[in-house]
Amino acid sequence: MNQKTDVIIIGAGPVGLFAVFELGLLSLKCHLIDNLDKIGGQCAELYPEKPIYDIPARHSITGQELTDELMKQAKPFDPTFHLNQQAEKIEKISDGWKLTTSSNQIIQAKCIVIAAGAGSFVPRKPPIENIDQYENKSVLYAIRNKSLLTGKKIIIAGGGDSALDWTNDLAATSEVTLIHRRKEFRAAPDSVAKMLELEKQGKIKFEIGQIHSLTDENGILSGVNIKNDSEIKLLKTDFLLPFFGLKMELGPVANWGLNLYENLIEVDTEKFETSIPSIFAIGDINFYPGKLKLILSGFHEAALMAQKCFNYCHPEKKNVFKYTTSSKDLHKKLGV
Amino acid sequence: MVYIIVKNTDNKVHTLEATKGSTIMEIIRDAGLDIEAACGGCCACATCHVYVDSEWIDKIKSIDDDEESMLDQAFGVEKSSRLSCQIEFEDSLDGLKLIIAKN
Repeated sequence: MNQKTDVIIIGAGPVGLFAVFELGLLSLKCHLIDNLDKIGGQCAELYPEKPIYDIPARHSITGQELTDELMKQAKPFDPTFHLNQQAEKIEKISDGWKLTTSSNQIIQAKCIVIAAGAGSFVPRKPPIENIDQYENKSVLYAIRNKSLLTGKKIIIAGGGDSALDWTNDLAATSEVTLIHRRKEFRAAPDSVAKMLELEKQGKIKFEIGQIHSLTDENGILSGVNIKNDSEIKLLKTDFLLPFFGLKMELGPVANWGLNLYENLIEVDTEKFETSIPSIFAIGDINFYPGKLKLILSGFHEAALMAQKCFNYCHPEKKNVFKYTTSSKDLHKKLGV
Repeated sequence: MVYIIVKNTDNKVHTLEATKGSTIMEIIRDAGLDIEAACGGCCACATCHVYVDSEWIDKIKSIDDDEESMLDQAFGVEKSSRLSCQIEFEDSLDGLKLIIAKN
């Protein structure tokens, strides 16, 4: 069944969350879509612990604190989140847009707001020739079906939490070799200790080295050459699981026919609307002369975008501008 | 004027004017070469990975634990690998040679 709302926001980072607030003040309801499994975008994924010093009225705030505060601010407006999925395609319908996500959810709305930062987070792929021909068959960046790996030889590459957690998890059911470029790991000390214990017991193997190239038998992955200093060594395997974190790319939005400027979406500076009416772009993903990629610029853009969204959603109504300090109507919406 | 010499991912060599106080990543990014620098320079990703020319590697500030740990997310890490956002340009680095790593 199609879900209906006033505005679909693509990206649940700080600017998308503040847009929920600004749209909420105008009684517009929102659904948000994000490819991460959590809310907060780059602030939560890349630098949750790092202090930000240029948020107005906050001397210092970490990425996670900022996310939590924005969620608190957006809460009265009860936004709906669709996580772990990308906004894939859009279709113009008589009263707005029909958007389909990568998990086949269909959402209808009057307006679409792209607040996708530097794009959506996708796994980083090793820059190795021909790796794409094995992807999702024997080279996996995420594990959706563990049983596929039972009893198989697998190589896990990386030194972060994902690499170590999967090494420890799969040790009992698969023949696991962990490869990493050094003896030290970024992953949580507990997981590292557990992995070293499993290695001691002979339940997994650990090799120092980096992925150099892949070998193939009749079109099927057969092994991974790993390189340590100048030495190259072949490890036979059925599966390769590289865990090198995430990167950001514009993704399907690039094919929606919006005017782009070097991977950024062109907007006007009055309402931050794109070349397609009723589709807006705010925050780091947009471009206009003088653009600064600052969270505070995204907040400003969200406020102006919301005014125009109101017109699209309620063409018959006049939008009377009100302040949160004095308006009883806004106090009621905020529950204060 | 002071310069750094950068080999781009397409193997073309560029001589870039450098400014004291900027990081090497900022100099490369502002020149429009192929550096992603996704996190903006706070050592939270590894997309500004470069190889520093062997003649220069001992002349730049040595690597700290944070940067070493972040390099775990880079590919093809060598002894000359650095994250360019963690190297601040100073006049003693005039002529610094480096290669942008492939992502």
